[in-house]
Amino acid sequence: MNYVPVIGLETHVELKTESKMFCSCSANYFGKAPNTHTCPVCLGLPGALPVPNKKAIEWTILLGLALNCTINKESKFDRKNYFYPDLPKGYQISQYDKPIASGGWLNLKSQNSNLKTTEKKIRITRVHLEEDTGKLLHSNKDTLIDFNRSGVPLVEVVTEPDFDNSTDVKRFLEELHTIIRYLDISDADMEKGSMRMEPNISLRKITNDELRITNKNQKLELPNYKVEVKNINSFNFAKKAIDYELKRQAEILDSGKIPVQETRGYNDKKGITYSQRSKEEAHDYRYFPEPDIPPMEFGNEKLEMINDTLPELPAAKVERYIKKFGIKSSDAVIISRDKIISAYFENVLSKIKSDKAGQTVANAMVNKKISTKLSSDEFAKEIEKLSKPKETNMGMLASSIEKAIESNPKVVADYKSGKTNAIMFLVGQVMREMKGQADAQTVRAELEKKLK
Amino acid sequence: MEPYSLSIKKLLEGLKDKLFSQEEVYSSFLQRVNKYNNKLNIFLTVCDEPYKKDKTKSNKVGGIPIGVKDIFVTKGLRTTAGSKVLENYIPEYSATIVERLLESGASVIGKTNLDAWAHGASGENSDFGPTKNPWNTQYVPGGSSSGSAAAVAAQMCPAALATDTGGSIRFPSSFCNIVGIKPTYGRCSRYGVIAMASSLDSPGVMAKTVEDCELVFNLIAGTDEYDGTTVTFEPRPVPRKIRVGIPKEYFSEGINNEVRLQVEEAIRIISSIPNVDVVGEVSLPHTEYAVATYYIIVPSEISSNLARYDGIRYGHDRSFFGDEAKRRIMLGTYALSAGYYDAYYKKAMKVRTLIKQDFEKVFEKVDVLVAPVSPTPPFKLGEKVNDPLAMYMCDVLTGPINLAGIPSLALPAGFTKSGLPVGMQFIGPQMGESILFELGKKYQEVTDWHLKKPMII
Amino acid sequence: MAKQVELTKSDILHIAKLANLTLSEKEVEKYLGQLSDILSYFEKLNEVDTAKIPETSQVTGLINVAREDVIMNDQTIKKGDFYTVKAVFDETQ
Repeated sequence: MNYVPVIGLETHVELKTESKMFCSCSANYFGKAPNTHTCPVCLGLPGALPVPNKKAIEWTILLGLALNCTINKESKFDRKNYFYPDLPKGYQISQYDKPIASGGWLNLKSQNSNLKTTEKKIRITRVHLEEDTGKLLHSNKDTLIDFNRSGVPLVEVVTEPDFDNSTDVKRFLEELHTIIRYLDISDADMEKGSMRMEPNISLRKITNDELRITNKNQKLELPNYKVEVKNINSFNFAKKAIDYELKRQAEILDSGKIPVQETRGYNDKKGITYSQRSKEEAHDYRYFPEPDIPPMEFGNEKLEMINDTLPELPAAKVERYIKKFGIKSSDAVIISRDKIISAYFENVLSKIKSDKAGQTVANAMVNKKISTKLSSDEFAKEIEKLSKPKETNMGMLASSIEKAIESNPKVVADYKSGKTNAIMFLVGQVMREMKGQADAQTVRAELEKKLK
Repeated sequence: MEPYSLSIKKLLEGLKDKLFSQEEVYSSFLQRVNKYNNKLNIFLTVCDEPYKKDKTKSNKVGGIPIGVKDIFVTKGLRTTAGSKVLENYIPEYSATIVERLLESGASVIGKTNLDAWAHGASGENSDFGPTKNPWNTQYVPGGSSSGSAAAVAAQMCPAALATDTGGSIRFPSSFCNIVGIKPTYGRCSRYGVIAMASSLDSPGVMAKTVEDCELVFNLIAGTDEYDGTTVTFEPRPVPRKIRVGIPKEYFSEGINNEVRLQVEEAIRIISSIPNVDVVGEVSLPHTEYAVATYYIIVPSEISSNLARYDGIRYGHDRSFFGDEAKRRIMLGTYALSAGYYDAYYKKAMKVRTLIKQDFEKVFEKVDVLVAPVSPTPPFKLGEKVNDPLAMYMCDVLTGPINLAGIPSLALPAGFTKSGLPVGMQFIGPQMGESILFELGKKYQEVTDWHLKKPMII
Repeated sequence: MAKQVELTKSDILHIAKLANLTLSEKEVEKYLGQLSDILSYFEKLNEVDTAKIPETSQVTGLINVAREDVIMNDQTIKKGDFYTVKAVFDETQ
């Protein structure tokens, strides 16, 4: 039996605003003494009221725009009601039916070794804004609660179940991570918990007649169950967890049963997912519009203003680097992962006279041939040194060329019969003979002369 | 004259003229408290020393003691919400409007009794025993601001803070022969008000006279950065000629005769006031659906607002909730639950729109509506406790105002033959408090119901 | 004639669970009757045609109320230590 994985992703990102989502406590909670960044609002004291953080709303719009979403003209907050010790009010202020952004997408481009580009479009269902909960620490007989994190702004990005393999999920997470860092709205640090993700995983049976699904516009009959996996702390673990789950589910399906719809945790030490005994019932969150917060309306002017602050996004930057600077796609991707490094790259190039130095600089940076700790001026100077044509010993060159022609009669014959590329092999031989102490352009020119 | 018998206006004059000192004023009221509190069960916490600020922004009401419904958090001063859950709760901050009063020089003389969590119309849902009506201790003072109303009526304080979600200021004001303003929703900050129904809760003021009520209201009203639902709109000005409408649905057959007679008499008096024009009958056609709408929306919000009381960070656990609280939590949870949300909560939100529109249409033609507050005169303790739905029906004339978010002023309109107070309400458009106060002051110039005091035996 | 709503015992227990309330047998019985009566009364709202009517969840008419992203310390409460509760099943074990 063949199965097609059906995977959707839910990602939570903590915004790095100064203050919390609904109160003016500091949102910078990591590593602070417990319950020191708290106030009546984020502690859920009797009588406290929420007032939303303007910047958090704007940053959510920004992320929505970066993910090609439609920003909903009318939006609001809703209460998500459930009981848990880390939720001080007994409800989380979130968004239900009118999220800030919806209907977007992210393209995953990849270039394989044959330089063939494939593009996969992952649809973004929604981007919404909510508040984080407190943190629980488990000791022997007690559970300890720290509310420093309670109320920190959290953006949730939900995708359609458009993934069919774990590698794409990892790439999506990396791309999303880079976009978020570009927008400078979050540290998106998995280890510190400012970026978290939960994949929803299921398998769909396909018959031998059906094609493997690559076109998202095809109507997918979704499986009648899905498993959510929590407690994944890195992109690598996400891939491992998904692969494990797919295998586990396939085995169950093979045996004629259906995997239980549930939430599972991931244990990296053991390399397994495990069933979470705690809350297995489906939650009835009893959503209703948050009465303490008036609704939001976003006018065109405001949206345009925010749209104008969008930086060039990683995908566009990669395109531009390939076209404008002629560098390899894989190098473009590496350099563009960090806004500061990309800026440095372009800065260095701006100081080099030649407009063909792109790949050279890229090589030097990616392979760490020259230190990026140098100023861009200094780096550019180093590049110029590298690119200076080498002093070629013409005498040695002539004899090396003779040797190469003699040793490779077939190659010479190929070249003479029209396979002009064959000369590159001879250039390589000469360079080897000359131990690299020759300028490749000069070698080629001399060879061409000789072979006429 | 004993300070406790004076209005705030007269107290301020007396203090200015040094007829008595702030300490004497406080002690005069405190003596009243200590004399009658055991009998009437008005204050849950009494401040033997005035609870006040040493340095204040102004002295507008310097030295005036105010009663505060125990639904407002007061920093360092026990706040119970009338419930055993918060029996020993000491808040770490104060409500905004309490702060504003303290900054104006007032002191808090104590926290007044109430139906637990403000759930009720009689005061009998208090976990600490019901408050008795100072006019006749066999009768309820009305609720949920039972203690605040009784305190003012019994002259234990010249004014009190209270809240009105479905009538909780107007109903007890009407039963205790005092004045109470339920302001426009959003006019007074809810920060620090233990939440009942977030989209209806309206903090307000009770006092002996309309003049006093307006004075205190002006000190506490206004936007608050800690409450995102406080309004920034301009208050409506008082028109040169006040047009009065009579909502016919508020005078239906279900209204007790004595109540009807007193209010109709009041309307006759009002029609004789210069620059007041009683235009005639108007209609609020969706009035009969208000109680159902109210008792879907309010318990729904209650069920969510009371979710924080789990005993982890403060207070006792949920087993300490009283009967009415549990009933409303369950009702609200049901109305919001999967499969029922559309039929109940969503439906009620739509009918709420219709009720709001009824008032908006009417206020295009008139400036004020005059109506009774309670369909019945004050009832006896124990009379309605076993029938929750009967108790809910007490809100039939007050609830619609909260659903629409508009203001209403309750004031004395007379007495029944057996000497029990009958109140009436002036209902106004959003931000129309000045109109209500103006008409109220004019009415109190030509009547003396508000000057009558109960004889507490 | 308004439809009678009749809740069942399991309805009451389900609601109580959602609401994090523990009820005694007596209470279950009591609320069963009372809630059924009250919900039956709510059927009255079916008399109103609300097909084209929008919902009101905010009576003020306010929109876009938000605050600037600044830290303020005047409401800060510092316990400096954890709150404790009886051990909860660790979702991350």
